[in-house]
Amino acid sequence: MTKFTDGEWHRLHPLTPLLKGGIAFIAIIAFVIVNLRDILIESFLGDGRGGSEGEPLLWLAENGFVGLAVLAVLVFLVLFVVGFYISWRMHTFRITDEVVEVRSGILFRTHRRGRLDRIQGINIARPFLPRLFGAAKLEVNVAGQDANVQLEYLGSAAADELRREILRLASGTQAVSPEAVELAGAGTGTGTIIEKRVAEFIGPELDPTLVVEPQSVVKLHTGRLLGSLLLSGFTIFLIALVVGVAVGVTLTGSLGFLIPVIFGIIGTFRYYVTRFTKSLRYSIAGTPDGVRVGFGLLSTSNETLPPGRIHSVQVSQPIMWRMTGWWEIKVNRASTSSAAGAAGQANTTILPVGNITDVRNVLALVLPGVDPDLLAAALVSKGGDDGFINSPRRARVLRWFSWRRNGFTLTDSAVVLRKGQIWRELVIVPQARLQSVAVHQGPLLRRLSLAALHFHTVAGPITPSLGAVDASFATELFLNTADAAIRSSSSDTSHRWRSGEALV
Amino acid sequence: MTERLELPVAEWHRVSPKYVVVDVVGYIIFAAMILVPASLASFWIGFWWMWAITAALGVIFLVTIVFTPRRVRSIGYALRADDLLFRRGILFQRFVAIPYGRMQLVDINRGPLARALGLSELKFVTAAAASGVTIPGLPEQAAEELRDTLVTLAESRRAGL
Repeated sequence: MTKFTDGEWHRLHPLTPLLKGGIAFIAIIAFVIVNLRDILIESFLGDGRGGSEGEPLLWLAENGFVGLAVLAVLVFLVLFVVGFYISWRMHTFRITDEVVEVRSGILFRTHRRGRLDRIQGINIARPFLPRLFGAAKLEVNVAGQDANVQLEYLGSAAADELRREILRLASGTQAVSPEAVELAGAGTGTGTIIEKRVAEFIGPELDPTLVVEPQSVVKLHTGRLLGSLLLSGFTIFLIALVVGVAVGVTLTGSLGFLIPVIFGIIGTFRYYVTRFTKSLRYSIAGTPDGVRVGFGLLSTSNETLPPGRIHSVQVSQPIMWRMTGWWEIKVNRASTSSAAGAAGQANTTILPVGNITDVRNVLALVLPGVDPDLLAAALVSKGGDDGFINSPRRARVLRWFSWRRNGFTLTDSAVVLRKGQIWRELVIVPQARLQSVAVHQGPLLRRLSLAALHFHTVAGPITPSLGAVDASFATELFLNTADAAIRSSSSDTSHRWRSGEALV
Repeated sequence: MTERLELPVAEWHRVSPKYVVVDVVGYIIFAAMILVPASLASFWIGFWWMWAITAALGVIFLVTIVFTPRRVRSIGYALRADDLLFRRGILFQRFVAIPYGRMQLVDINRGPLARALGLSELKFVTAAAASGVTIPGLPEQAAEELRDTLVTLAESRRAGL
């Protein structure tokens, strides 16, 4: 039982109003002061007339309203500060064994409650400025659109501790982890505030107290990150643009074509730089409470996905990445986080770029029950007799290049779909997360004795389906998958992922 | 033409034949909404190809309406031990299996015409938008019984997301 999980109401970081909206307020005050200074200097040193006819402040001074104006500003300031203070006082949260609750608002009160066993992920974001002040934003994602419980801002250490506690309560374990208790006691460490701040700022992104197997950590190399940006579809577009402009200039002899190019180059540069800095220090690691994805250099973000929260996984390879052997991994999740993922992409991209070893490691993390070697082999397989039920030869009318490897396999805990020869792709759906299965057959597929299988999961970037399956296998696979989905979901306990653990 | 897909299910529950009326009337209204303005426009503007398009649309609607009884007969559902099977379509066949534990809610809808004929429509919602299974043309009594059965089954097999 630590500081936050005693079931009482707690308040946020005292600097919260300042960090949330106060920066703009300070900027306005600074602006007014700077303006005033100009006027004061002018009225003392200049002749006092210099072209300031329309100045409202001078007008106030000339008409003897100074006292009134100062009073108005003071009242405004006091109201602002009091408003901030009250909104901070009224913004409270509480964590019990079952739910996390937030109450906020002065006139319009909101009260939001999220069930702990429905948590889909916990995200700790530290934007640059709050990070300087040692504050962090904690977001608890619950299944559904716009169904997140946000705690902004908390002290940096408090956010880490709160996340650990929420995950512990949500996991259903009865054991109090010894390090949590110890840390709660040691929270008020030695050293000055500045020393602590600096330590936090340059400290490692991953919590050192966590038991992380070192080989499970996947990091993104800077060179590969750069390369993946240069080999993206955007680059192709850029090259096409440059070629087009060059042709235009040579044909017409007019340099007018160059103007958009200059703007284009500036925009491009910004695009590459943002994507690059946002993906720096990218890491994925396995922890007892799920997969942890962290990234960012100045503004950092660190998200934990507890086990069983990933509804499907897609490994794909854009055609330009084939020569370097890089892959990208996306997932479907039941929640939508307001925080963007690395490189400003949707946070459903959990591996922006990686080689086959990284892919294997990440797959082992996100799909614990599936043999990563099987998947890694399936990724590059040319098809044939490789453990997959591939499309028959007659499917080549519909799948010109990929019919050999357009296939399907059922493992103990997942459905694996393999598609594409040019744009290679592998989709894995954990059976315990499968919502329903469908098999379709239209007139064209019927002529060829083929059918299409669709696997329904929560909405996301992936729509798992497989076309051109042998019709005689399709109904069998359909029924097998339906049975497997029921079996897996009834034996699945991942909503309370550590409930099996004994009391320590 | 090769064989249609078939599942080894002993008996499919079929929907009420009265549903044909609902479907046909719906199509006639829809066809009228499209064909009347199209004919008027063709009449005033008078290009021959506009008449051709209108006529083609008319033929498509006619064929759709003629095949309605067959299509309604193809709609079926079966309650298995742990999931609900649903089928529909003749030219474009579709089979769906929804485990009971995945059902988030069950809706009963009644349109004006269906209500006049004493029919209801049952809709199942899971966490996946694509599941989208709707059983039309169930007699009111049967629809309510089926809903209660399904809700009980879903409750007893409740799984997370």
